[in-house]
Amino acid sequence: MPCIEARGLRKAYGATIALDGIDLRVDEGRILGLIGPNGAGKSTALNAILGLIQYQGDLKVLGRDPWVERDRLMRDVCFIADVAVLPRWLRVSQALDYVAGVHPRFDRAKAEGFLAKTAIKPASKIRHLSKGMVVQLHLALVMAIDAQLLVLDEPTLGLDILYRKQFYDSLLNDYFDRSRTIVVTTHQVEEIQDVLTDLMFISHGRIILDCSMDEFASRYVEAMVLPEQVPAARALNPIHERQVFGRSILLFDHVDRSQLATLGEVRTPSIADLFVAVMGKAGEALGAAR
Amino acid sequence: MSTESNPAPESPLDSQARTHTPLSAARLLSWSVRRELWENRSIIIAPLAVAAVIVFGFLVSTLHLPKNMRATLALEPAKQHAAIQMPYDAAAFLIILTAFIVGLFYCLDALYGERRDRSVLFWKSLPVSDRTTVLSKATIPLVVLPLVIFPIIVGTQLIMLLLSTAVLLANGVSTEALWAHVPLFRMSLALSYGLAAIALWHAPIYGWLLLVSGWARRVPFLWAVLPPLAVTVFEKIAFGTSHFASLLGYRLIGWFTQAFIEEAQAHAVMDPLAHLTPGRFLGSAGLWVGLGAAAIFLALAARLRRYREPI
Repeated sequence: MPCIEARGLRKAYGATIALDGIDLRVDEGRILGLIGPNGAGKSTALNAILGLIQYQGDLKVLGRDPWVERDRLMRDVCFIADVAVLPRWLRVSQALDYVAGVHPRFDRAKAEGFLAKTAIKPASKIRHLSKGMVVQLHLALVMAIDAQLLVLDEPTLGLDILYRKQFYDSLLNDYFDRSRTIVVTTHQVEEIQDVLTDLMFISHGRIILDCSMDEFASRYVEAMVLPEQVPAARALNPIHERQVFGRSILLFDHVDRSQLATLGEVRTPSIADLFVAVMGKAGEALGAAR
Repeated sequence: MSTESNPAPESPLDSQARTHTPLSAARLLSWSVRRELWENRSIIIAPLAVAAVIVFGFLVSTLHLPKNMRATLALEPAKQHAAIQMPYDAAAFLIILTAFIVGLFYCLDALYGERRDRSVLFWKSLPVSDRTTVLSKATIPLVVLPLVIFPIIVGTQLIMLLLSTAVLLANGVSTEALWAHVPLFRMSLALSYGLAAIALWHAPIYGWLLLVSGWARRVPFLWAVLPPLAVTVFEKIAFGTSHFASLLGYRLIGWFTQAFIEEAQAHAVMDPLAHLTPGRFLGSAGLWVGLGAAAIFLALAARLRRYREPI
């Protein structure tokens, strides 16, 4: 059974189409990065998956309809919406008490273990914690829940680099195993490149790229080419081209690496570079369609 | 009524095997109510603060107590009873009024505040249904506040009675009339009946406020108050009548005429338990219509919580 399966998932806010009939399948044990510009529909897709909004089309999360069975689903699904959703009046100890009280799969000792590694005191009110500490607390709560699916919507927004690094480190080292599934959206794509197993680009409510990271590494190649080699490289139909320090960097899709190696230095592009390339093309295509 | 003291059936930490049996509805409700008490300390503090002011004011008033009591003892029994009982009734009334106001503002914010500070996203990430959440919030004015103010009122009255007794004894005035006219135990029985009657009678008011609180994107107070006011004004201008206004008034204070004997008779009856008319109260259409309305408002509020997003 796939962890998440959507067919023709659609959501419109008045005349604005947030999700334009997307198909999506996430299997167990994957870490999917959902990448897209602001307003692309990432959060809408996640909210639909979490049962927070109504939608059209078919959507099953762990075999359930999230809109109808949100509370039941939340026994197996965890999410961190963004850094600011923990209620500010709550004490750390109360947060532990409450989650332990209502969640059948919460391991309080585990959460306390995570918190012991931080500077967070149980008696503190959340309003007195720094932004980074709030995220640490939320992550400690979530990682102590034995869930099958974890959804992270911009979990590290507004955090400094140390907290961001630590966040993904603990997620991978202390939480992730092959039986869990993680879906994450973020603008800090560089930081999750090595974390992901799957990648999805979304723009204007549509999925414009859907591939595994293995596929990504074999499919996309970036060649750094000297000016005299540029015409030859361009002949191979790069999907994107940019200039860095007088050299051209061309991004190719499905082009033989050894062939490119004769033209210049070859490497796997970063997600961010591919994102810019693909979004540029998508933008052109959209412009042409109009 | 078992929201406060319901023992958890089993803690997941107790059982070594991760059985993951779903938690009972009572347990989810009990934790949700506890959560409300953590957030809204005024539920307990406000009635206590008012009680403290009452006791302090009463303490100051005992300066004149011996003189007043001597004058009162010269009155006929019915007037004597009214005069002696008055401060005790007033204390109870003030604390009940406080709880009512706390309940109103609590309900107005209950489903609005969590959307405004986006914490609703955290609460919704936990396996607690919208129905349980709304029910736990309705439990505060309907069950928790009466349970909180009952001991506060009885305690306040007891302190007042003991203070009076001490002052009177010190001044050599008889306390016999005082104790005869302030039957604390019977008063507390009547009080518990009264609190239950008020809570049931006011249920649709709290239900309406919770509904508005779950619906409004801004200023829930205005949304709660202006529509009934508009209907009242419209009716007055259009038809020259004020049926709706009297309906609202009945909803606010109708419990008194339904659950207790008329005030004119009440002066002649000294036993507080003889003031109660539970048969008439339970038989009144106003009670059941109100409860029906409250159920509808709460069901709508629970449904709305599913649809509403953070503001």
